[in-house]
Amino acid sequence: MLSFIVSRAARAAITILLVVAFAFVVMRLSGDPALLILSVDAPPEAIEAFRKAWGLDRPIWEQFLTFATRALAGDFGRSMRDGRPALALVLERVPATLAITLPALALKLALGIPAGIFAALNRNSWADRAAMMASVAGFTMPSFVLALLLVLVFAVQLGWLPASGSDTPLHAVLPILTLGTAGAAIMARFTRSAMLEVLGQPYIRAASAKGLGWWLVVLRHALPNAAIPTVTIIGFMVGSLVAGAVIVESVFAWPGIGRLLVSSVANRDLAVVQSLLMVIAGWMVLANLAVDLAYGWLDPRVRTITSRAD
Amino acid sequence: MPPETPLLALEGLTVDFDAGGRVARAVDGVDLAVGRGDAVGLVGESGSGKSVTWLAALGLLPSRARVAGRARLDGEDLVAAPRRRLEAIRGRRIAMIFQDPASSLNPVHRIGRQVEEAIRLHRGADDGAARAEAMRLLDQVGIADPRRRLDDYPHQLSGGMNQRVMIAIALAGRPDLLIADEPTTALDATIQAQILRLLGDLRRATGMAMVLISHDLGVVSENVDRVCVMYAGRVVEEAPADALFAQPRHPYTQGLLAALPSLTGPRQRLAAIPGTVPEPWNLPAGCSFAPRCPAAAAECLRTRTPGLALTPEHAVTCTRVLALRGSVWDRRQVAA
Repeated sequence: MLSFIVSRAARAAITILLVVAFAFVVMRLSGDPALLILSVDAPPEAIEAFRKAWGLDRPIWEQFLTFATRALAGDFGRSMRDGRPALALVLERVPATLAITLPALALKLALGIPAGIFAALNRNSWADRAAMMASVAGFTMPSFVLALLLVLVFAVQLGWLPASGSDTPLHAVLPILTLGTAGAAIMARFTRSAMLEVLGQPYIRAASAKGLGWWLVVLRHALPNAAIPTVTIIGFMVGSLVAGAVIVESVFAWPGIGRLLVSSVANRDLAVVQSLLMVIAGWMVLANLAVDLAYGWLDPRVRTITSRAD
Repeated sequence: MPPETPLLALEGLTVDFDAGGRVARAVDGVDLAVGRGDAVGLVGESGSGKSVTWLAALGLLPSRARVAGRARLDGEDLVAAPRRRLEAIRGRRIAMIFQDPASSLNPVHRIGRQVEEAIRLHRGADDGAARAEAMRLLDQVGIADPRRRLDDYPHQLSGGMNQRVMIAIALAGRPDLLIADEPTTALDATIQAQILRLLGDLRRATGMAMVLISHDLGVVSENVDRVCVMYAGRVVEEAPADALFAQPRHPYTQGLLAALPSLTGPRQRLAAIPGTVPEPWNLPAGCSFAPRCPAAAAECLRTRTPGLALTPEHAVTCTRVLALRGSVWDRRQVAA
């Protein structure tokens, strides 16, 4: 178990380092923050001074070494726009993002899993077909289209909910619905195929042959097995909780991580983008670790393999 | 022998599968009786309907299968029985074990839990009693150190051990009839012999009847009293095991036996039956074997052959059988 944790931690560190290094280089090659923040018309001396102040006049490898050394000491740089510590700027956006992504995740699971199970148990019935058609519609529709549709219906026509902003809890409803619907559609499809796979296994027929009622066969024998592949997609959804929702946050003017990402990339606010990617990648890596642990918990076969590896 | 209702009687059991527009007939009017304590073998090629027959009797087929005819358990028809009634019969009156023991056990539950589940279901035992009984059953099916095995998962046991566990689960309901569907096909030869011996011992000890489904004539010949041969969804010959192997009467059975290698005779090329099994959505109007049968007459192709009792125990669905002497396949070889 110890070697498992150590190797996972090392891989996590490498992943985060690669993500941040990639962003570091690409952001510096693809635009000049001095021009974007000071404007193109700024006097050359001012631009030169800005570059010197932020160390942008140094070679990229030297900039990266400086950044890495400071980061190891817990200093992730400051925003070029308002001079505040970049990491703090990022972290203060996390609650707003979680305020819509967490309920959306709950919606995805609460809607998608039962729908998928139901569709699988009633395979090829009209209910299955209807559920799967709704699901295809749900995840093929671009989220900005769905967002605008929801605004049109609930804000413009019915006037029940605000169209954008973040002043009251009601403002969160439409972003949550938009995110949740698409995710629920994916979840339903995934759960259905996992269930169908399991229902075709010999142990399901054997459990019926034992004399178990159908519902007990489903509850005790099918669901615990179908949960194993489903964990992968749930893990991915949990992993993207913090990354926020770039499009949905932009459409609904929701002050979360997604919008911060858009504006800081557009402004080449280098330290903020780096901190954002570090936080997003770090959370994703944690979610992946949780998925691996969940596999071991759900599937005794995985447990045996990991304990043998030690 | 006094006339009595058999334990289980299949009467004209027919199974159709809807296969995308065409109907595949997997079982085509099977009549078969299993008496109390009988050991009956069911042989035939893959796809001949051996397993489907019994899955249909127990209502274990998917909903796209249409089952007709009757399967009477002590007179009660199971084909028409509601789901709840079938659930009460499965495992308790009729238990079934399957071909692939490793995948017939749930991979995420411990062995003990799966055995105890059956015990609680059929005997309403509490946890402690169920565990003790599970241990006794594992011991009865020849699993060493049952206390430790209860906490193992199926993937930690060998195929033979898993089949023993399946048998223990089947015994939990003290069934009157055990359907063993190719129970040793996935196992290697020595384990196969052990499992078959175990099944025979258990049958004698408990007095339950057994249907042994196999494509392996050798497996069947040594372990049952009576054999039914199935071809293309129909029973073509039924006879006491020794009579069937000594004097097969249906041309198909004769062909099957002629295809077996001889252990004692000179080495020779194995005989194969020419042609192929008819497609299940296109069964012939007459005898299903007629298109491949060297002795077939014109009427064999036209009309369905009724069963013919040669002796009270030996029945065959072949109208030509009385006109034939010896194996139809010997004659053909001589002529060739």
